[in-house]
Amino acid sequence: MTSDTIEIRLNGEQREVDAGLSITQLLARFELTPELVVVERNREIVPRAKCSDTLVEAGDTFEIVHFVGGG
Amino acid sequence: MQNEASSHNADDGLEIAGHRLKSRLIVGTGKYRDNDTMLAAIRASGADMVTVAVRRVDLDRTKLEGILFHLSPDEFVLLPNTAGCYSADDAIRYARLGRAAGFGDFVKLEVIGDEKTLLPDVAATLEAARVLVEEGFVVMAYTNDDLITALRLEDAGCAAVMPLASPIGSGLGIVNPYFIREIKSRLEVPVIVDAGVGTASDACFAMEQGVDGLLMNTALAAADDEVAMATAMRHAVTAGRLAWAAGRMPIREIGVPSSPSRGMLD
Repeated sequence: MTSDTIEIRLNGEQREVDAGLSITQLLARFELTPELVVVERNREIVPRAKCSDTLVEAGDTFEIVHFVGGG
Repeated sequence: MQNEASSHNADDGLEIAGHRLKSRLIVGTGKYRDNDTMLAAIRASGADMVTVAVRRVDLDRTKLEGILFHLSPDEFVLLPNTAGCYSADDAIRYARLGRAAGFGDFVKLEVIGDEKTLLPDVAATLEAARVLVEEGFVVMAYTNDDLITALRLEDAGCAAVMPLASPIGSGLGIVNPYFIREIKSRLEVPVIVDAGVGTASDACFAMEQGVDGLLMNTALAAADDEVAMATAMRHAVTAGRLAWAAGRMPIREIGVPSSPSRGMLD
């Protein structure tokens, strides 16, 4: 039985995720609060308003970042 | 040494691109032993703007630990930085990510040129500044104490120019006060000394040069008692600004008595 998964690169690591997810759903899989992170997909920032409309595709490279302490 | 003290109100705070901050002290949020200490120190400092860095979320942690869990954008103005960037392209990328978080257009632009000293790559900083100003960012640019670079950054549209006192995290204080004074006398945008301040006297001395503000992180986070040092810095910035505004006495290399010469006894 093949599970419907795709491979993406996420924060520097290869990961397998369910196919057909939106970015919003991807964030939810990792228990991330959308308002507290910024998503870059294939070197382009995905505005928060577009995350539920944008699908995660095989071979995508994501960077999900947030604010941390710094000087 | 003359200065235009009479035309300045020492207590009016710091205005950057139309945004008024009550405190002339801006502080970082890095290197603290824990978040409670960080918040206590920041509050003790009186700062109303704080810098934050942009980094990957650690996806394997079960609990998300971003700084916004500990520090509210309702209490502080957030200043995302481009720390860790060694090229203009990287700095531009990080600045855009910082802005996309949705807390405003401020960015502390830093492009480092050397790992050992963390001194800025000023050519790359200028290049990034031009792009970011064009994109509507309010750019506060970390730079060295070179007058020409400071002027170029101002020409490029930076909202504030931030010459270093000495290398980041060094605690050396201002190593070139003449250059800091010269930069302040020539620029029209706010001049904020950023990097290298170590203790209260450094902060006071910096403000006595007439600069508009100070940015510091390690001086607080690496002190034995972070809250005490933050309190000291708050007083030091106030004292230095008042002393500058008061118009200090001239420096002379001879002695001049403070008591009258007339009326001495036989």
